[in-house]
Amino acid sequence: MSELFVARARNVAARMIGGEMMVMSGRDSSLFSLNATASILWEAADGVTPLSRIVEGRIVTAFEVDREAALKDAEELVRDLAGHGILTLSETPIEP
Amino acid sequence: MKHRADIVIGGVRVAVVTSSPTFIAMLQERYAGFLEAPGAADFEFEIDVVAPREDAPDEDVRVYRDAGLWRIERGDFRASLDPVARRGRIRQSENPYSIDTVLRIVHTLVLAREGGFLMHAASALRAGRAYLFAGVSGAGKTTISRLAPPDAALLSDEISYVKRAGAGYVAFGTPFAGELARAGENVRAPLEAIYLLAQGPRNLVEGVAPAQAARELLASVLFFAEDAELVRTVFGAALDLVERVPVRRLTFVPDARVWDLIGREEQAA
Repeated sequence: MSELFVARARNVAARMIGGEMMVMSGRDSSLFSLNATASILWEAADGVTPLSRIVEGRIVTAFEVDREAALKDAEELVRDLAGHGILTLSETPIEP
Repeated sequence: MKHRADIVIGGVRVAVVTSSPTFIAMLQERYAGFLEAPGAADFEFEIDVVAPREDAPDEDVRVYRDAGLWRIERGDFRASLDPVARRGRIRQSENPYSIDTVLRIVHTLVLAREGGFLMHAASALRAGRAYLFAGVSGAGKTTISRLAPPDAALLSDEISYVKRAGAGYVAFGTPFAGELARAGENVRAPLEAIYLLAQGPRNLVEGVAPAQAARELLASVLFFAEDAELVRTVFGAALDLVERVPVRRLTFVPDARVWDLIGREEQAA
């Protein structure tokens, strides 16, 4: 099974405020509030760490959830965020 | 012969030059409290007054960069602005709405660079402090403005002007009127608090979580440009505002006593 790499899109602005990660798309000014899981993925989305390793190291341990289920949920989440243009996905590492 | 009007809002001077004396007379009436004698302008626009277009499409305004110029366009006007030379041109018919839109947009572009905004909000000055009342249409901006006590100066019932000043913010009066059809007073004061308006069965002031405050304020910010860099700038500036100025929810009944609550927390502190 191929790996998935995620990176924060370039044309976005993001900031944590009141414990909530807010992200605005520079493309169409859409505003997103990320939940705890999405915030972890967002912060870890460096383009070079495989999603599976992010899930294993940051999600499974923090939330004590099943690895396979967590990875499936994370893939759905990052694909959704990528659809909104705030994350970039690739099967190979993403150069900064 | 050229005629000129210098319209100064938020300390930014926009000179409007045209050969139409009736257009200038219209501006002098509309922006009466915000005119100054000709001086060194921050921006200068030459107006080409043309016949109104019968077939002008009813479309949203577009603001975009093109070959170093800002283009501002809607069915009823075409404008361009050279941000380096700070000079522009507007082609419009003799109506106040087109120039009003261009002025608002020029100010949003200027303010975005300075950590400020134009916002869909009423604002008023009382006892040397400014208060801003944001909300969607029908939330009560006009009502709270109408209920303002005699010792309060209305800055705007519709479009408020907020500019960064050191560690805080200053609110300025604007001529951009809403349902009251009355320009704000040309005065300024430090911004003390922001109220997110809601009408309800009783008067109540409540705290608002910072992220929620940011969401609602961002929805109130006037911003038109299709420009990713400016979007990021405005986003950061809005969150800065939330972190520096108290944001509260004000639920109120349409009764003048609501003004007893305005600024009470700040005075108590």
